[in-house]
Amino acid sequence: MEKIIISIENVSKEYKRDSLSISVLNNITFDVQEGDFLALMGPSGSGKTTLLNLIAGIDQPTVGKIIINGNDIAKLSATSLAKWRSENVGFIFQFYNLIPVLTAFENVELPLLLTKLSKSERKKRVELALSIVGLGDRMDHYPKQLSGGQEQRVAIARAVVTDPAIIVADEPTGDLDKNSAAEVLTLLDRLNKEMKKTIIMVTHDPSAASKAHIIKHLEKGDLV
Amino acid sequence: MKVLKLIIKNSGRHKLRSMLTILGISIAVISFCILRTVVTAWYVGLDAAAANRLITRQAVSFIFPLPYSYKEKIKSIDGVESVSFANWFQGVYKDKDNFFARLAIDAETVFDVYPEFKLTDAEKEAFLKDRSACIVGAATAKQYGFKVGDVVPIEGDIYPGRWEFVIRGIYQPRDKSTDASQMFIHWANLNERMTKEFPQRANDVGWYIVKIKDPSRAAEISQKIDNLFANSSAETKTETERAFTQGFISASSAIITAMNFLSFMIIGIIMLVLGNTMIMSARERTREYAVLRTLGFTSYHIAGLIFGESMIISALGGLTGLVLSIPMIKGIEENMPKGFFPVFTLEPITIVLALSSALMIGVFASIFPTSRAIRTKIVDGFRFVG
Ligand SMILES: Nc1ncnc2c1ncn2[C@@H]1O[C@H](COP(=O)(O)OP(=O)(O)OP(=O)(O)O)[C@@H](O)[C@H]1O
Ligand SMILES: [Mg+2]
Repeated sequence: MEKIIISIENVSKEYKRDSLSISVLNNITFDVQEGDFLALMGPSGSGKTTLLNLIAGIDQPTVGKIIINGNDIAKLSATSLAKWRSENVGFIFQFYNLIPVLTAFENVELPLLLTKLSKSERKKRVELALSIVGLGDRMDHYPKQLSGGQEQRVAIARAVVTDPAIIVADEPTGDLDKNSAAEVLTLLDRLNKEMKKTIIMVTHDPSAASKAHIIKHLEKGDLV
Repeated sequence: MKVLKLIIKNSGRHKLRSMLTILGISIAVISFCILRTVVTAWYVGLDAAAANRLITRQAVSFIFPLPYSYKEKIKSIDGVESVSFANWFQGVYKDKDNFFARLAIDAETVFDVYPEFKLTDAEKEAFLKDRSACIVGAATAKQYGFKVGDVVPIEGDIYPGRWEFVIRGIYQPRDKSTDASQMFIHWANLNERMTKEFPQRANDVGWYIVKIKDPSRAAEISQKIDNLFANSSAETKTETERAFTQGFISASSAIITAMNFLSFMIIGIIMLVLGNTMIMSARERTREYAVLRTLGFTSYHIAGLIFGESMIISALGGLTGLVLSIPMIKGIEENMPKGFFPVFTLEPITIVLALSSALMIGVFASIFPTSRAIRTKIVDGFRFVG
């Protein structure tokens, strides 16, 4: 029996710039089943990142509902949304977005600082997450001492360390060479298959999208 | 706070920039401390007896005495608080080389006009009761090993004969500029013996020390005193103890006001400098703040990061400045003409002011970048191009 984890209902998003308002998403509706691996594709400027941000709760729709696990996150206050994000969503970005002054270990530990876990519990979790991405031996390295692919794997460890149900990834392989990209995709595939994470990934790369179960195309703010 | 590590690491991110900012704050704090020390020293000096003490002496020369009867007349002048007097006694203690000032003073009033010579009440009382008593300064007591109860024999020269005085008290100097080497005997004791042995020298007073209520009236009161004895057989010349003229006081006080103002201006300038540094740092980290907030950190965490970094830099600058001020102020004091200021030290109040200014610099500098970081939406933070 499949269960719907994310339900997008009639979502539109407008950005106001001066007096001009730009419509970025037009009345989008779709569901995501628990454990799905969804790829969002489409030309530049079509609204992929915007849609991903709405699902991840770092932006809010102009109209419509975003129901995740029965909870309309479009209605949450900024503070409750922050707490919700820290418990339910893991983020992977195109440019890794690690904090340069923190080591791999400290970067992965960041989301756990918001939990009540003790120092030793945090350490166990961080070590586990880094070993899953194959960087157990690089814990004390700073981002600038790692390759792009390794940085992205640290970012993946950071995304899974709190054990969230949903992982969102915005062009996670966009800045990587072929081999590193393949490693990252394999990892995402494993997270989906072995750890039952629901994954939503924005990508331009058809071979990346082929790892996904479902591919959705956006065109000028409309699902096609 | 668990993000403390991040705050510390952020502070060390642009080492040169942070160092220069810390250096700037220390220089500001040093300037602040020096200026404040001058300002406080000035006010302490103004409060010190010197500014409100007049010396009335014989108009022709110091060596001619004045009559004892002048005391009550001077006292009756408006603005005079108390009148004391002294004679140069000197004499020889054991050897001519044992030189320390020995004065015959009016025991009743001397400590009113010279509050810088500090005695316990018991010592004062013992001295007052015993006409053959004397008081010595702490420095002299230390040098000659004098203790209360010791008898000091003096071979008189100005006032011939053999004299003996029992030490009834050892006065402590109020501050570093106070002369702690003097010895005081009763003028009454001296006068009694003079009346018997040299009646023509009875009731002679060396000079009067006049304490006035308002230092700014020094010139006017001096003039009144001298007018009172004009055309008498013993005309007087009265001036402030440090020969401060009315004009000198007001000219200096304008400079002091400017220094006072300047000390706070410097703090204001450095506030803007650190503010600018913090704005730059926070701007560069716009994207990182967006990442942290995405992970669930709140605006309060971000405010804490910026505020914490600002406080670390300002506290380091403040402490460095304070530590460096101490030897600098000492150096200035040593190179100043002695006694120019009665006290020239880093007062506790200056330390408190300097440290709280440093903290205020830190708080102020974080206000603008914090409010900007909080107002920026996460999505705009990610799209921000520095
Ligand atoms: N915060 C914002 N303020 C104003 N306009 C925005 C904002 N975010 C996105 N837009 C606009 O919305 C449109 C869609 O942007 P979005 O980033 O979602 O596109 P995208 O599909 O992710 O493109 P790309 O493949 O280039 O990343 C663009 O025209 C963009 O200029
Ligand atoms: Mg995008």
